[in-house]
Amino acid sequence: MDEYAVQVEDLTKRFGDFTAVDRVSFRVRRGEVYGWLGPNGAGKTTTIRMLLGLLKITSGRALVLGYDPSTQAKHMQAHVGYMSQLFTLYNDLTARENIRFYGQAYGLSRAELRHRQAEIIEMAGLQGRENELTATLSGGWKQRLALGCAIVHRPEVVFLDEPTAGVDPVSRRDFWGLIYAMAKKGVAVMVTTHYMDEAELCQRVGFISEGRLVALDTPDRLKKTHMRGQVLEINADDPERAMGLLKAAQQAGELVCDEIAFYGAQIHAVVPDAQALQPVITAYLASEGVRVSSIEWIVPTLEDVFISAVTPSHKRPE
Amino acid sequence: MRGVDNMREGLRNRIRRLSAIIQKEAIQILRDRGTLVMLLLMPVLEMFLFAYAVSLTVDHIPTAVADASMDAQSRAFVGALVASGYFDIDMYVADETQVIQAIDEGRVKAGIVIPPNFAAQIERGEAQALVILDGSDAASVSSGYSAANAVAQSWAMGLTVEKVARVGAASLGGDISLPIRTSTRVLYNPDRDDMIFIVPGLIAILLQVMTIGQAATAVVRERELGVTEQILITPARPIELLIGKMVPNLVLAVIVMLIVVLFGIFWFGVPFKGNPWSFVWLSLLFIISGLGLGLLISTVAKTQRQARQITLLFMLLCMLLTGLIYPRQPMPPIVKAVSNLIPATYFVRIARGIITKGVGLSFMWADVLVLVVYSVVVVVVSALTFKKRLD
Amino acid sequence: MDEQVVISTQNLVKQFQVKDGAVTAIDGVTLQVRRGETYGLIGPDGAGKTTTTRVILGLLTRTSGQSSILGHDSMRDTYRIRERVGYIAQQFALPGDLTVMENVRFFARVQGVSSAEQRRRIPDLLEFAGLSGFTDRLASRLSGGMKKKLALACSLVHEPQVVLLDEPTLGVDPVSRREFWNLLGDLRRERGTTIFVCTPYMDEAERCNWVGLMYEGRLIAHDSPGKIKQMVPGRLLEFKPSDFVPAWRLVPDLPGVLEVQTYGAMLHIFVDDPDRRGREIEAALAAQGITCEGMREIETRMEEAFISLIRKQSAGASDAA
Repeated sequence: MDEYAVQVEDLTKRFGDFTAVDRVSFRVRRGEVYGWLGPNGAGKTTTIRMLLGLLKITSGRALVLGYDPSTQAKHMQAHVGYMSQLFTLYNDLTARENIRFYGQAYGLSRAELRHRQAEIIEMAGLQGRENELTATLSGGWKQRLALGCAIVHRPEVVFLDEPTAGVDPVSRRDFWGLIYAMAKKGVAVMVTTHYMDEAELCQRVGFISEGRLVALDTPDRLKKTHMRGQVLEINADDPERAMGLLKAAQQAGELVCDEIAFYGAQIHAVVPDAQALQPVITAYLASEGVRVSSIEWIVPTLEDVFISAVTPSHKRPE
Repeated sequence: MRGVDNMREGLRNRIRRLSAIIQKEAIQILRDRGTLVMLLLMPVLEMFLFAYAVSLTVDHIPTAVADASMDAQSRAFVGALVASGYFDIDMYVADETQVIQAIDEGRVKAGIVIPPNFAAQIERGEAQALVILDGSDAASVSSGYSAANAVAQSWAMGLTVEKVARVGAASLGGDISLPIRTSTRVLYNPDRDDMIFIVPGLIAILLQVMTIGQAATAVVRERELGVTEQILITPARPIELLIGKMVPNLVLAVIVMLIVVLFGIFWFGVPFKGNPWSFVWLSLLFIISGLGLGLLISTVAKTQRQARQITLLFMLLCMLLTGLIYPRQPMPPIVKAVSNLIPATYFVRIARGIITKGVGLSFMWADVLVLVVYSVVVVVVSALTFKKRLD
Repeated sequence: MDEQVVISTQNLVKQFQVKDGAVTAIDGVTLQVRRGETYGLIGPDGAGKTTTTRVILGLLTRTSGQSSILGHDSMRDTYRIRERVGYIAQQFALPGDLTVMENVRFFARVQGVSSAEQRRRIPDLLEFAGLSGFTDRLASRLSGGMKKKLALACSLVHEPQVVLLDEPTLGVDPVSRREFWNLLGDLRRERGTTIFVCTPYMDEAERCNWVGLMYEGRLIAHDSPGKIKQMVPGRLLEFKPSDFVPAWRLVPDLPGVLEVQTYGAMLHIFVDDPDRRGREIEAALAAQGITCEGMREIETRMEEAFISLIRKQSAGASDAA
């Protein structure tokens, strides 16, 4: 069996003059959780749709489980699972009926369907709710049910397009538990997300920006290789004022700094030399009456790296 | 004078809001080119469909003839029927009984019974020919009846002209009646006359369906998209939102009305006998009742699909019950009652009255009054049911 | 009434009628939002955040209790509220077939802003939202992040003193999300606007002055983010075990371990004494042949606090049942 479930080489998609995906290459191993990250409109969904055979490939090569999605989509789709941004659940069917529908659509036998139904209901934590209308389920359940329906035919590759958008942290963790359980069984998972803490959980992540792959590695290595500058994490008594002061100093040219942004209530400043700037910033804020409770040179978070990787192109108007 | 200032400011804001909503709706209608083109072309298309579906449905109907006169006039009359292309004479039989037998056996679909002394009766202006049609075949009945009627009349017209030329107009004493009257056993559309008859009714139906559909889907679509909540939270009052949605659609409906009327006059040659201005004013009234009804539907329909289905139901009811095709007299009371709830029922009569017959308001004040009451009621009720909250 | 309180609810209850009886979506919520504050309403899906926001705005009727904005009762003074507040609905949509400028103008006129005021305000507002370059673009053709900014601009065009935002950054990438929150920060600093926001993002909750945590229709915590984080006992250790499942089964039973949360392939462990317990956990796992990578103490974030508080609530609920 092939080690790679997905192999993509110079994949390109053009819509008229607009290049949505521009010569992208990557591979996803079986059992790997591969994060596919980028700003809105960067080409994430377009890439996945090409791999699913839903969009024509303009140029380049893609192999999913050894099938060419542009010519062998029908054969391939029996082994591929897909959960889109818009859950494709039928709101007027019950949870159980949704699973049955997708099971039948994938041609499962009656016995197997019964077996899978039970498995999926347990996996999604839907025991006792399996006969409720899908419309009445809350976000977390719906989303786990959608995943269940997407994998009812035991696919070997699963594409998840923003599966956790708008879902609360508890449900998101449960969901990632399911993703890991799948990967453990050897399923290749390619997932897009806007939650950078989720991206940290991927074994490897690719950053796509304006159709181009700008970085591809493990989260840990990306933090070392793709961060222009070092990150200072500042905890100040009045973070909003501290932010205002730092921004003013940056604009006045008194503080050499790539990027200053909130990270929750903390301020992350991306600077060329963290050690040298630590005392400077503390003294500056203190002189303006803002006490700094801590200022630390930290390993950047993936969010810092993401913003650093996509910002130069992001700042240009669309 | 703060009170007056406040009132003035309130009024100014109200006008500002209303014009904002009207403008927004208008931009949205104009920007959706595809739908706009559809809305403007569909009526024309539907008119063509109707025109040809009606005049060309069935021709060469197999026919049996029982001619008791066997004179020149009767032969000429049968000849004219054949020449119309609607009737093929398949057999000659002795009398009415045999005609009915032939129809019952399915050998023919129509029969023409001509009484004895046909030529003499024509001379006296009281000729009667009987056309018997196969009631089980609605299409044959429909086109056979209208064809027989039209042929008989146009043929009889020719006779009349002939007669006038021989006897002299004065001797007729101004009482120019048709010398031949066809009578039918299948009572069907007594004053049927193809497009002259169809076009005014069609205008009513097309406007009815369009106004209901436009108003209903415009509201429901916004609700489905989630726009409603964002607009509901502004100070705009329900009545302003309602009027704002009605005005641009009203303009659009008037344009469609003009297109259909002009097409009817210039393409299908329907004579417009009445006063155009009273027609315009009354159609405005009718359009408002339709838009109001559509808005009322939008308060019931939860999805666009439901709104479209209700509109479709109305279209069907309009076609069947308003007297566009089928006459309303023989309908059972309950069906009549239902048809009385559809504004088009009144406007079909009004449109025919003005366009075809050229009568004035005094002949149809009852229908006009009903439409006025109807419009006021639906608009007020939909304003009252239009929610300012989500539950 | 207290001039400093902008939004207030007292024992607010909202029930929805369903086939067999009623569902209680809001179950006696009492909260206050003070002038100039950024108030975050957080909670799991279906906790009642959106319903609460809608009732406060008078978009839904309340079953019992009180609710008001700027001293105006939500039910009685509906239109006075609508003239004075800004709102971005969850999964809102602006008319997509209008351009950016047409949208802002439409909302300005509906809100009764005079033409002269519009000429003064709209350019500033579009500049503020970073939309100056896109005035003629159809709203439906904006990127996700820009749509949110347009919605914000539309909700601010009548210069409201308070804005209510229901999950305004849903489905938006981190860069745009950051930009959106920077706009909110500017709004608060420069205009003193009171901001009420429902959010599923815990890092956004950290940026609020005050957080209300809703669970099954009730407000189970109501405090500053710092205080809420202190509600979770113990300190937090993070590490990545070489073999996840056995480690995850073993750790909760070790002494001094208060709570275990999973974080992808990592474990988050609340302990009484991080130095000591860290060493003990490493030793205990090593005995099973499991190594711990990157063992370190981290600050408790809203994320961990949220999960901990919600878990305790649902455990308490099922114990009671």
